[in-house]
Amino acid sequence: MTVYVGVDIGSLTTKVVLVNKEGQQLGRATARTGYSGKDVAQRLTEELLEERSLTAGDVGATVATGYGRVTFPADREVSEITCQAKGVAHLFPQVATVIDIGGQDSKVIRVLPGGKVIDFAMNDKCAAGTGRFLEVMAGALEVDLDQVGPLAIKANKVCAISSFCTVFAESEVISHVSRGTPKEEILAGICDAVASRVANMTERTGLELPVVFTGGVAKNQGVAAALSRHLGTELMIPADPQVTAALGAALCAAGL
Amino acid sequence: MLKDFDTIREQNMITLKELKEKGTKVVGFYCTYGPQELAVAAGAVCVGLCGTKEDPIPAAEKDLPRNLCPLIKSSYGFAVSDTCPFFHFSDLIIGETTCDGKKKMFELMAKIKPTHVMQLPQFPKEEASLALMYEEMKRVKAEMEKHLGVTITDEAIGEAIAILNEERRTMKEFFDLNQAKPALITGMDLLKISWQLGFHANRRERTVLLRRLIDELKAKAAEGYHVGNESTPRILLTGTPTGLGSEKVIRLVEECGGLVVSIENCTGYKTLNQYIDETDTRDKLLLLAERYLKIPCSVMSPNTDRLELLERMINEFQVDGVIDLTWQACHTYNIESATVGEMVKEKLGKPFLHLETDYSQSDVETLRVRINAFLEMIQE
Repeated sequence: MTVYVGVDIGSLTTKVVLVNKEGQQLGRATARTGYSGKDVAQRLTEELLEERSLTAGDVGATVATGYGRVTFPADREVSEITCQAKGVAHLFPQVATVIDIGGQDSKVIRVLPGGKVIDFAMNDKCAAGTGRFLEVMAGALEVDLDQVGPLAIKANKVCAISSFCTVFAESEVISHVSRGTPKEEILAGICDAVASRVANMTERTGLELPVVFTGGVAKNQGVAAALSRHLGTELMIPADPQVTAALGAALCAAGL
Repeated sequence: MLKDFDTIREQNMITLKELKEKGTKVVGFYCTYGPQELAVAAGAVCVGLCGTKEDPIPAAEKDLPRNLCPLIKSSYGFAVSDTCPFFHFSDLIIGETTCDGKKKMFELMAKIKPTHVMQLPQFPKEEASLALMYEEMKRVKAEMEKHLGVTITDEAIGEAIAILNEERRTMKEFFDLNQAKPALITGMDLLKISWQLGFHANRRERTVLLRRLIDELKAKAAEGYHVGNESTPRILLTGTPTGLGSEKVIRLVEECGGLVVSIENCTGYKTLNQYIDETDTRDKLLLLAERYLKIPCSVMSPNTDRLELLERMINEFQVDGVIDLTWQACHTYNIESATVGEMVKEKLGKPFLHLETDYSQSDVETLRVRINAFLEMIQE
């Protein structure tokens, strides 16, 4: 059986997706990127193939995307914007706007039916409005990253975090802690800060409905709720929002 | 054939030193609003000093705020660290009140070298603006006469006008070669050639070199030579000035498989289409004032001529997408990007990408993602 591989080496997480020639997902895997995203991607690919009793010889083509794409020996490199749009449109054919929040990037992508990109905006070279921001703040509050969302949505009130800069926001969070502000409220404030920053980016591209929310941060209910509030619309979130760009890359590899 | 242009800057350091030893005066310019005709008429060599490299920025940051455009910091850094031979050889600096940053930077520069700052009007279509520009031309002329120890005659200005008209016409003809599809010149070569020629001490020789290059390119084109192919995305670069050292966006576009077919900024095409009628018998300084007031720079308000120029270039150069490159903290170009983007996207239906960056290499990979995606968007 011929399979097609999509590899997305992100700043924090590496994702691999296998599809068949019809574009059906056969498997997916994620792991921390660490120092060598290339090695991680290779290991994940091998594991996925092995689980299905396949070998490298069964791979029709590989497409790499994400920050580490240049390091990976793929047949082709495609930008994560194009891959993201393609992957999301495969899952949600009606999508008009994709909002993706990853480890070091956030993006708003406007797409036509079928996934053709017509405009996009990305954050500046700064961690505001990214997964990295959440990670640093969760660290400052000694909360596990996957607990940020569940705790944030329990808050009665959203504490205001006004600094965009990760370093300044961290000091702001610490001053809230010393004032005794409940952890849930601070976390809700952090989620709100990320969401409002990204919601502002839709001013540059325009916001067409429906909106699909992807990226590792889409797993965080706190940010999803805040983003939905800021945009004034429901968000569709894929079952595994972290692998959509890798899926898009796999679809590119399959020529779909 | 392009190799002749690689070392113009280096060669002319030596030429300039020799000319200085023989008593030739040198006038340094920072901006296309500086009336080079007057310096040429004074028998001086004009050198472009606008900073395009990152190296001297730390030196500049001793006096200037970090949050200032890299072009101003680079320009001032070269001056204050005395690491630019062209600044070093300059007898007089001509600055302009283009933006607030430059205006105040020139106050500091005046402590290092004799610096004359022109006060630019801001409303280009107003009658009072022309009157001010005319007065400013008189002031520049008087200042040059004083510092260079010469009298600038009307006849000499007339000759200088003819030389610079010819130079601009030839440069425009060179750029216009790229209206061909596929194109004939890469964006990196457009940049290199126009930037390098700006350092040539011999004014007439600049045009001769360029003419020879145009003829060679035409001959090669007749034999089928081209760069890229029919389907290579054709990008128009607009925005803030670029030079060697600040070429990263052009380089990235071409590394990612696109081609910068033309450059609208002031180091490119922006100033190539404003000629002075050599048969016009009115006051030469008034002719200069009229000409320089026509430069469609974002410091002018409103700057509608830039939109017209862009629209014409998008059509003539068969452009597939526009990249607006603006330096960080350049308020006028950064704000005007919204107007340019709206025109390109809404009116002309072309893809548009605004990139704001500085001279550092720290964001090359994030820029690459945007540029890659932009080119994929065009090609899909």
